[in-house]
Amino acid sequence: MMEKKKVVKEKTISVLLIVLFSIVALISLFPVIALVVAALSPASDLMRIGLTSQLFFSSWDFQNFEAIFGSEGTRYWRWYVNSLIISGILIILSLFFSSMVGYALALYDFKGKRFIFVLVLLILMIPFEILMLPLFRMMMSFQLIDSYFAVMLPLIVAPVAVFFFRQYSLGLPKELMESARVDGCTEFGIFFKVMAPLMLPSFAAMAILQGLSSWNNFLWPLLVLRSNDMFTLPVGLATLLTPYGNNYQILFAGSVLSIVPIIILFLFFQRFFIAGLTSGGVKG
Amino acid sequence: MPTSIPTNKNAATVVVKRKRRFNILYSKKAAPYIFVSPFILSFLILSLYPFISAVNMSFQRVLPGQVEYIGTANYSRVFNPTFYTALQNTTIYVIFTVIILTLLPMVFAIFLNHRLMKFTNFFRASIFIPALTSVIVAGTIFRMIFGDSEAAFANQVLQFIGLNPVEWRYNAWSAMFLMVFLASWRWMGVNILYFLAALQNVNNDLYEAADIDGANAWQKFKNVTFPAIKPVVIFLTTITMINGFRMFEESFVFFETSSPGNIGLTVVGYIYQEGIQRNDMGFGAAVGIVLLGIIFVISVIQLYATGAFKKDD
Repeated sequence: MMEKKKVVKEKTISVLLIVLFSIVALISLFPVIALVVAALSPASDLMRIGLTSQLFFSSWDFQNFEAIFGSEGTRYWRWYVNSLIISGILIILSLFFSSMVGYALALYDFKGKRFIFVLVLLILMIPFEILMLPLFRMMMSFQLIDSYFAVMLPLIVAPVAVFFFRQYSLGLPKELMESARVDGCTEFGIFFKVMAPLMLPSFAAMAILQGLSSWNNFLWPLLVLRSNDMFTLPVGLATLLTPYGNNYQILFAGSVLSIVPIIILFLFFQRFFIAGLTSGGVKG
Repeated sequence: MPTSIPTNKNAATVVVKRKRRFNILYSKKAAPYIFVSPFILSFLILSLYPFISAVNMSFQRVLPGQVEYIGTANYSRVFNPTFYTALQNTTIYVIFTVIILTLLPMVFAIFLNHRLMKFTNFFRASIFIPALTSVIVAGTIFRMIFGDSEAAFANQVLQFIGLNPVEWRYNAWSAMFLMVFLASWRWMGVNILYFLAALQNVNNDLYEAADIDGANAWQKFKNVTFPAIKPVVIFLTTITMINGFRMFEESFVFFETSSPGNIGLTVVGYIYQEGIQRNDMGFGAAVGIVLLGIIFVISVIQLYATGAFKKDD
C-alpha cells in the first residue's frame, strides 16, 4: 500500500514539474518563434498594429527577405559587414592580449602581480558607462569618431577575459615551462608554442564571449558612430525602429538574419559557448 | 643574469649567441612585465585616465573650445526631479531584476536537478536560447508582441481572459514590466546554468544523512542545498545589481531617448541625454560619479550583509 502511494506521489510530482517547465519553455521560445513569424509577415501592418495571433496562422511570404536581398537591403548588408569586421578583429586582438596577461598573472612570480590582479577585479566592478563621456571626448580630440578603431578600443583588453584566462592558466603544468626553458625556448616561445596550445578550450570560450559582446554591443557604438555607412547591426537596426520609418521590411527580416552567426556559433561550440557566457562566475 | 642554462651543448652555443642579441627574450624577470603590459597600457589610457578625467569634468563646464571650472555647481544641479525619476526607475528595475533573476533561476535549477525531472536537457536549452539574442532584436519583437493596439498579441491574451487591453508603452507600471520582463527573459537561462553548476557540487551523502535524521524538504534546502549555492547567490545578486544600474538598452529599445513622463528614463539614459544629446558633458560626468558612489555603497553593504568579507582565508 505504502509503496503504491509513493509511486503515485512521485508520478504526480514528475508531471507537475514537466507542466511547469513546459510553460517556462513556451515563454522562452515564444518571442523567438514570433520573430520568425514577424519576418514572414507584412511589415507595415506589424509596425502599425503589432503582432497579432492571426499572423501565426495566415499565409506567410518572403517579401521582407526579397527586400533585404534586393537594392533596399544595401545599407543593411553594409552594417552586417561592419559588425563582422569589428567583431572579427576584436576577437583576435582581445584574445591575443587578454590571454598573455592572464597567463602571466597565473604562471609567473613578479613584483606587482597581486596589485595588477586587484586592478583587473576593480575594472570588472566599475561600470563602463561612468567612463564613457571622457572616452568619447578622447575619441573626439583624436578625431577617431566614426571609425572602427573607436568602437574597438575600449574592448581590446577585456578584464573578464583576463580573469578567465588567469583562472584557466592556474591549472596548467608549470613543469612544461621549465623543460621548454632548458630546451632553449624564449619566454615568448614558451607561451606561443607550448602553453597557448594547452589553453585552446579557454580561447574558444572567450572567442564566443568576446564575439557575442561585440556583436551585440550597443551604447558605445551608438556614441562614436555617426554616419549610416559605419553603423554596426544593433545601431543600424535601432534606427529603423521608429514609428516614422519606412524600412520595416528590412527591420524584421534583418533582425532574424542578425542572429544567424550567433546561432551557428552556438550550434558548433555549445560547450564553449556556455563556458564563455558563464565565465564571470569562475572562482579562485 | 643567469636565467636559463641549457644543458645541451649544441643548444647552448646557439642560445648563447642569440642571448647576446635578444637577452630580454630569455629573461624570466622581464617576460611577465611584457606580457602584462597591454593590460597596464589599457588600464592607464582607457580606465585610469578617463576616470580621473570624469572626476575632473564633473567640476567643469565643458563647451567646445572652452572649459571652465565651476566648482560643485554640477553636483548641486544633479539632484533635480528628473534625476530622481531616473534614479527611482533604475532602483525599481534593479530590485525587480535582482529578485527575479536570482530567485527564479535558483528554484528552476533545483527543480531541473530533481531526480523526478524528465527532459532536463530540452528544457535547459529552451530557456537558454533567449541569451543568443541582442537587446535590440529581442526588444523589437517584444514591442510587436506588446503592441499598443487592441489587436496586438499581449492585449489579445488579456482580453481573452477578460481584462482590459493595455497601452504598454504609456503607463509607468507597464513600461517597467516590459523592461524587467525583457531582461529577465534574456538572462534566465544563463543564471540557471550558474546554479546548475553549483548544484553539482552538493554532496549527495548529506541528503541521505538528512533523510535519516527525518529532515523535511525545507530543512534539506536550508542546511544542505543553500550553503553549496550561496556563492552563486552572492555573485548573481552583485552582478545583476551592477548591470541593473547600468541599464540603458532595455529602455532605449522601447522608448528611444524619450518616454512619456520619463517613465522609461534610467540613470545611464539621463547621462546620455545630458552628456551627449545636450552636450553638457560636465553635468553628465557628475551624474556618472554619483551613480558610481551609489553602486559602491550598495555593493559594500551587500557584501557585508552576505558575509563575503568574513572568510578571509
